[in-house]
Amino acid sequence: MEVEVAFLKSIQYFSKLTPHELESVKKLIFAKNIERGDTIVLEGEPAEALYFVGTGAVKMYRTSIDGKEQVLNIVRPGDSFNDVPVFDGGPNLASAQAMGPVTLYGILKHDLNVFLQDHPRITIHIVSLLAAQVRHLVSLVEDLSFRSVVSRVAKILLEYVGDGKGLGQRLTQQDMAAIAGTAREVVSRSLRALESDGVIRMDRHRIVIKDIEALKDTAGVST
Amino acid sequence: MIEMPVVDEAKCNGCGLCVSVCYCNALVLVGGVVTVVETEECSWCTECEAVCPTGAIACPFEIVFERSLA
Repeated sequence: MEVEVAFLKSIQYFSKLTPHELESVKKLIFAKNIERGDTIVLEGEPAEALYFVGTGAVKMYRTSIDGKEQVLNIVRPGDSFNDVPVFDGGPNLASAQAMGPVTLYGILKHDLNVFLQDHPRITIHIVSLLAAQVRHLVSLVEDLSFRSVVSRVAKILLEYVGDGKGLGQRLTQQDMAAIAGTAREVVSRSLRALESDGVIRMDRHRIVIKDIEALKDTAGVST
Repeated sequence: MIEMPVVDEAKCNGCGLCVSVCYCNALVLVGGVVTVVETEECSWCTECEAVCPTGAIACPFEIVFERSLA
């Protein structure tokens, strides 16, 4: 399975390369088919390659000491991941897991470094790609003053609770994120934390408030 | 009728990412647009909503008190 030149051209890293240069880099790209749920890279392990998603979606996440998972990003076709450790020589910053069947392309760290030395003009595009990643992560860091987000999410649940007859306003996690001024991934984690504490129960399309007093307490609302 | 994710066809660009991440075959591409197939297998994992690049698929939650379900 070879990568198509047209696909390489669509990746920002290589979009400014000439056809001849694209053919050169194509020889350095390897391809893999990944099954749903497979881990592609593991946080903390040495970085071996820069990866590009051909088809499917990949979840980037970090895991805390107590096993809590925080999703950092979802990588879609044409996007890259594992950029930072490939360039700074450090270990993988996050783990990557296939969310469904994935066609993955990669270039080994050594091959990429040699290619960049031979084609220095594409490094400016890599700088802007990395800058965009930094911007996204800074925003996520801002959102991750975790305790206050759980409190905001708890308040939202109290404000939007319905009568159980199915006619009330419904909210997606994206809606809650927009209301709380945070990221969808942080809302998701907050809901899991509230469920883990026994305050709510996630019942398919329903968020069931089990302990109203605990929820009010979390929201900082007087009982 | 089983509650299922909701697709906004105007926003759907037919990329099929949601279909690729769906565990329960609840989503199919028909004529370049995602269609939802009603199935009890759908656990409301919301991965389809998370992966959609255009916000075309939504998994809205109803928030209720436990006592109201009794």
